[in-house]
Amino acid sequence: MAGSAFYWSVFIITALTAIFAAVMVITRRNPIHSAMFLVLNFLCIAVLYLLLNSQFIAIVQVMIYAGAIMMLVIFVIMLLSVEEEERQRMMRFSPAQVMGLVLVLILFAQLIYGVAVAVLPGDLGEFSPERIAQLGDIKAVAGLLFTKFLLPFEVASILLLVGIIGAVILSKKER
Amino acid sequence: MLSSVPPIYFLIVSAVIFAIGAVGVLIRRNAIVIFMCIEMMLSAVNLTLITASHHLNSLDGVVMVFFVMTVAAAEAAVGLAIFVLLFRGRGTIKVDEINLLKW
Repeated sequence: MAGSAFYWSVFIITALTAIFAAVMVITRRNPIHSAMFLVLNFLCIAVLYLLLNSQFIAIVQVMIYAGAIMMLVIFVIMLLSVEEEERQRMMRFSPAQVMGLVLVLILFAQLIYGVAVAVLPGDLGEFSPERIAQLGDIKAVAGLLFTKFLLPFEVASILLLVGIIGAVILSKKER
Repeated sequence: MLSSVPPIYFLIVSAVIFAIGAVGVLIRRNAIVIFMCIEMMLSAVNLTLITASHHLNSLDGVVMVFFVMTVAAAEAAVGLAIFVLLFRGRGTIKVDEINLLKW
């Protein structure tokens, strides 16, 4: 029972911190502050992954999202002169923004309805927590990646290659 | 290890973060902040996939998250290159002032 209480408290603290960080990301005027709170959000989500027994994805989340992608974002923010958004108060929304907020509220209601009406219907798969613990998380994922998902895996490598080429072409100076 | 938090709470947290990200995309005018909000939404979807795959004893969701992260990395490289290009050409990355493709 003590483990359960610990699990719950970690979940509640992490979830609230993640939501708080998400709110801060969209309300800070300085993009650097937004980026820092986004890193906090990613780290909290990594902890949630650990609670869900996915150590591999938690590590990848910290390395790829909180490390590589956010480093790139902060690099570009620094490159492009941090200009704070003009001093208009956030309260003064344009009609388009109000409409967007209403649409997001509808979307949110739909999301909540969608997850609450039937929580995870579907058949249980073969990878129970005991099986994963016995096999090893990374080994299980790798086994799946190189057998069942081999074609998407190769396509992902092509996608990364195209991404590299695109970034090089885009940032090349025209001559 | 038995998880004691029902999956619905993870899904609700994920939905909340996704909705906050969508609000950010719609109300912010700085292209980089919009980009960060999109990353946040992707990450929220990943949380949903991981929750489902954990509670359904499957690893397909984990592999999907792996692919989503690949796409996010490629998107970051290309998107930020586009921002640098835009800033070089027009001196701003405010999405209100970038209306070259607007009719």
